[in-house]
Amino acid sequence: MRLGLLLIAVAIFTFVLLSLSPIDPVQAYIGADMMQISADQQALIAERWGLDQPFWNRFLDWLGQILQGNLGVSLVFNRPVSEVIAARFQASLQMLAIAWLLSGLLGLALGTLAGAVAGSWIDRVIRLYAYTLAAAPTFWVALLLLIVFAVSWRIAPVCCAAPPGVLSQNVTVWQHLHHLLLPAMTLSIIGIANITLHTRQKLIEVLHSDYVLFALAQGENLWNIVRYHGLRNILLPAITLQFASLSELFGGSVLVEQVFAYPGLGEATVQGALRSDVPLLVGIVFFSALFVYIGNTLADLAYPIIDPRIRLGGQMNR
Amino acid sequence: MTSTIDPAVNLEAKTSSSLQQNPSRTSRRSRTLAAIVLGTLFLGAIIFSPWILGESGLSTVLTQRNQPPTWSHPFGTDWLGRDMLMRSLHGLSLSLRIGLLAASISAFIGTSLGLAAGTFGGWVDAVIIWIVDVFFSLPHLVLLILIAFSVGGGTRGVIIAVALTHWTNLARIIRAEVLQVNSADYIHLSRQFGKSSLWIARHHMMPHIVPQLIVGLILLFPHAILHEAALSFIGIGLSPHLPAVGIILAESMRHLSTGYWWLGVMPGLLLLLSVKAFDWVGENLRILLAPKTSQE
Repeated sequence: MRLGLLLIAVAIFTFVLLSLSPIDPVQAYIGADMMQISADQQALIAERWGLDQPFWNRFLDWLGQILQGNLGVSLVFNRPVSEVIAARFQASLQMLAIAWLLSGLLGLALGTLAGAVAGSWIDRVIRLYAYTLAAAPTFWVALLLLIVFAVSWRIAPVCCAAPPGVLSQNVTVWQHLHHLLLPAMTLSIIGIANITLHTRQKLIEVLHSDYVLFALAQGENLWNIVRYHGLRNILLPAITLQFASLSELFGGSVLVEQVFAYPGLGEATVQGALRSDVPLLVGIVFFSALFVYIGNTLADLAYPIIDPRIRLGGQMNR
Repeated sequence: MTSTIDPAVNLEAKTSSSLQQNPSRTSRRSRTLAAIVLGTLFLGAIIFSPWILGESGLSTVLTQRNQPPTWSHPFGTDWLGRDMLMRSLHGLSLSLRIGLLAASISAFIGTSLGLAAGTFGGWVDAVIIWIVDVFFSLPHLVLLILIAFSVGGGTRGVIIAVALTHWTNLARIIRAEVLQVNSADYIHLSRQFGKSSLWIARHHMMPHIVPQLIVGLILLFPHAILHEAALSFIGIGLSPHLPAVGIILAESMRHLSTGYWWLGVMPGLLLLLSVKAFDWVGENLRILLAPKTSQE
């Protein structure tokens, strides 16, 4: 229900935006052959597409097609948009998943460490690292890693998802991982900053609480306090944050795939925008909204599993 | 790109570290002021550098092609023998100016909508909150690309896209502030004493909103600049004739595999430093302006 409302809102927003734009759909469709097509024929195309219809008619017509699952045909790839998105997302998904898991686990570990020894030099180093990465341009970090690992040390490939000249069905799992790893590493390095700082802050709050003071008075050592009191309280906000970061992750993948020339969904987004492929772009906008929505929903579903207070509280209300 | 750190966390971090060091009141205040002045000077120097330094070093010198960084060329030279430090300064100045313009428009939109939502309430509030929700439901970069594309790209496209997508956080903060102040006891008292809405807005609201607005605006700049650079980098932003820092970095991509690392590393480092400078100025201004910390 909420998803339906959201997608309709995104549809209205996208449609209004694109119908306000100065881009002529007929011209975008024909492209370089514009000179060879007479004004009459252009008018015919416009009529065939219903461009002479009033705004609401066009919108309802378009919405009807979308609801039937018809996202149109991509001009760049010359295939149905849904197929292009499915294929490209499969390529991106593994990269996104590795980056998401790595940044979540590393961020949680670094944040816990920094929070436990707050004020020490370890904390300062971790904070400096997180603040610096939060301010660093994603594509520049990708460039740096490319220079170090691919150009100087030559242990990672310079581009693409497979070695040049190898057909996609002949790519081995290792070759695939080899090409996947550096983009995924870039994304996770950048994703760490936010979760580290939040986790650190949360742990400091917990360590200043009365129950931790009590545990300390009973002679409990720091690591047991972090383990039994800290982690349980940190985990929930960290998971919310990590699921909410799917939106950032998707944006980051657009830039990272551009730097590594990795043929995923992010690279398709750039192609769609650069080559005026409106159907593809609209399809990706819908898909990314769905992606972000699923992230938020998963976070909601994860709460009761992790936090017994929410689970038991819900049962008591029933 | 990922500099979406909750301002509260930043603030907490600053205050907790200040408590641990426990400096005297004057030194804390003057340190904060010094940070603001230094940061502003650094950013001002970058923005005005094209007018101060002129066009020197930008001409083609084919005998000095592809030189790694030396004392005479701290950032090295490019494939046409142009000084990379000069190119980076020119490009960054352009990017900063575009970012400043777009962020200011965005702050204006955010403040207006935040004030409207907080003051009028009812359906106005509902509509504005709904728009904010729609904006948050799409990845920011996808939204930027969509808007920049649909207004036709170019410099204008970047400015519109960045201006239209950065107001949401500020609008939420200002709305929350208005709602909070509005429900405070002293506002009710003020009403009971017969003060007009305008008087209340001027004397009770403004002191709360203005610091939020100034800090919010300054903390918007880094986001705006990074997004401008990102859009230019992927080729949807400024045209290649205007060498903004995103364009310079995109160009450097073509020369990376030949080992000319300084073409990409150095301009990016300068961009990183200016983004940090904006963050620094913003955080210190917040400490100075926020009622809770301004007396420390």
